[in-house]
Amino acid sequence: MADVKKIATRESYGNALAECGKDFPNLVVLDADLAGATKTGTFKKAFPDRFIDCGIAECNMTGIAAGLATCGKIPFISSFAMFAAGRNFEQVRNSIGYPRLNVKIGATHAGITVGEDGATHQCNEDVALMRTIPGMTVIVPSDDIEAKAAVRAALEMEGPVYLRFGRAAVPVINERDDYKFEIGKGVLLREGKDVTIIASGICVESALGAAEKLAADGIDAEVINIHTIKPLDEELVLASAKKTGKVVTVEEHSVIGGLGSAVCDVLAEKAPTKVCKIGVYDRFGESGPAAALVEKYGLDAQGVYAKTKEFLA
Amino acid sequence: MTNLELQKTANEVRKGIVTAVHSAKAGHPGGSLSAADMFTYLYFEEMNIDPADPKKADRDRFVLSKGHTAPGYYSALANRGYFPVEDLKTLRHLGSYLQGHPCMQETPGVDMSSGSLGQGISAAVGMAMAGKLDQKDYRVYTLLGDGEIQEGQVWEAAMFAGANKLDNLVVIVDNNGLQIDGRVEDVCSVYPIDKKFEAFNFQTINVDGHNFDEIRAAMEKAKATKGMPTAIVMKTVKGKGVSFMEDNAGWHGKAPNDDEYATAMADLAKIDEELAKGGNA
Repeated sequence: MADVKKIATRESYGNALAECGKDFPNLVVLDADLAGATKTGTFKKAFPDRFIDCGIAECNMTGIAAGLATCGKIPFISSFAMFAAGRNFEQVRNSIGYPRLNVKIGATHAGITVGEDGATHQCNEDVALMRTIPGMTVIVPSDDIEAKAAVRAALEMEGPVYLRFGRAAVPVINERDDYKFEIGKGVLLREGKDVTIIASGICVESALGAAEKLAADGIDAEVINIHTIKPLDEELVLASAKKTGKVVTVEEHSVIGGLGSAVCDVLAEKAPTKVCKIGVYDRFGESGPAAALVEKYGLDAQGVYAKTKEFLA
Repeated sequence: MTNLELQKTANEVRKGIVTAVHSAKAGHPGGSLSAADMFTYLYFEEMNIDPADPKKADRDRFVLSKGHTAPGYYSALANRGYFPVEDLKTLRHLGSYLQGHPCMQETPGVDMSSGSLGQGISAAVGMAMAGKLDQKDYRVYTLLGDGEIQEGQVWEAAMFAGANKLDNLVVIVDNNGLQIDGRVEDVCSVYPIDKKFEAFNFQTINVDGHNFDEIRAAMEKAKATKGMPTAIVMKTVKGKGVSFMEDNAGWHGKAPNDDEYATAMADLAKIDEELAKGGNA
C-alpha cells in the first residue's frame, strides 16, 4: 500500500463540520478548550457565531447542548473521548439520552492511538459506555471518507449520536465510486468462506491486511466493516457468521463492552458461533508512539493475522 | 395577580403537593412546599407561557434543576391548567405521565427533564444561550436547591453564564437550609451563597421566598438588568405551610401517612380561612 493518502479522522470531523455548516443552519458546535486538537477550530473559523467555547467544563457543555437542543439547535459537542464519554457519562445519559435530545457527540482522541499522552487520555471504554444508553447511536468511522459521511448522516437523523474519531493519521480505505454510508449498515469489504473478520475504526485496515496474509496461507477470510456499533447490522453479522462458522472481531477498544461484545450479544442469541475478540484486554494503555502501541497491542495487520491463525488452529 | 390571589393560589399548589405525595406514598414534600410560592409566582405571574400551547415558540422557559421537587412543579402546572389537578394523584404510579422526576417527553409544560442534581442549570444556560444566538427575547428561569449547589457542575454553569453575560437567565436558589443529611452548614456549608454568585459575575438579590412583594421586586430588577445574569437567593422554610413538616429534614423525601395527610390538609385549610379574611401578609 505505497503512497496511501493518510488523514486523522479528527481532521475529517473538523472539515465535515465546516462543510455542513451551510446546509444545517441550526448546527452549533461546542468545545471545551480543545478546538485546536479536536479540529472544531475549522468550524469556528468558518462560522464563528455558531461556535461556543465552554472552557474546561465538559459536564456543563453537555447540559448547555441539551438546553440548546430543546430550542431547536443541533449541537455538536466535542472533547476527547475520555471526557466526552467518560467524565460525562451521566450527563450524556440523563441530560441527552433520557430526554432523547438531538445532540451529537464528536469524541476525538479515542483509544490507544492517542499515543504519548498515555493511559489517562487513552479511552478504551467509550463505546461500551455509550452503547448502554437507550436510543444512543454509536458510530466508529474507519477513515476520512467514512468520518465525513458519518458527520453528515448524524446531522440528518433526529436523536443523540456518539461519533468516535482518532488522533493519528490513518490511511484512506474507502475511496471508491460505489461507497455509500448508511447508519446501521455494515459494509462487506471482502468475501470469504473460512472466517469472518469484523472490524471497526482504524482496525478495518488491519483486518484487510490480515485477510491478505491469511490468503497467502490459503485461508479465505471475509472482512466486514461495522462502522455503526449501535444499532448493529445484525443481518450482515448473522449471515456471515452462518456462512463461515468462525468470527474474529477487531477494535481499538476494550474487549469488554465494545464491538466484540455487541457481535457476541447477537450471535449468542441467534446463531451461536465461536468468536475471537481482538482488542485491548482489560488493561490500561501507556505512553508511546501510536504505531508502536498498535503493534504492541496486536491491532495491526500482523497482530490480527497471528491471532486469527491461532484461533483457527 | 394581587398578593392575596397569589397566596390563595400558592395554598392550592401546596394542597396539590401534599395530596400527590400522599397518593404516591413517596416523594419530596419539604422542598416542594418551600418553593411553592416561587412556583406560583413563576407560573401565574412572571412567565410568558400558554398552558393551551405548552411548546409555544418564544415562550419563557423553566428548568427545575432540583428535580426531586417535581410535586411542587406538577402542582403549579396542574393548577395553571396544563393538565387536570386530579391527575396529581397519579404521581409516581406505574404508567403515569407524572414521573418521580420531571420528564419533558411525558408531562405537558415541562421544558427539560431533570433530577440529577447540578445538571438542570446547565440546560437552562443552554436555553438562554439559544435565545441570545437567535436574538429572541424570551427569558429562562431555573430553580436550584441550596444543597444542590454543592455539585461542581452548578459552578461550571454559573461561570459560563456570567462570562457570557446571559441577562436573560434567572437562577433561583431555594435556601431552606436543609438537605437529606441535615442542615446545609453542617453537611458542607454552602454559605455565603450570594457572594459566591456575585464572584461568578451575577447580580445577586436576597429575598424572603414567602413574600410576594420581595419576589416581584427581584424579578423586576432582574428584567431591568442588562449584561449579567441574576441570582435570586430566597430564604425559605422547608415544609412551609404544614406544621409538622416545617424546618424538619426528615420531611425531605417522605410521604405523609393517612393521619399526617389529614393534619396537613387541615393546616392548609386553616391558611385558606385566614386568607378568606383578607390575608395575613
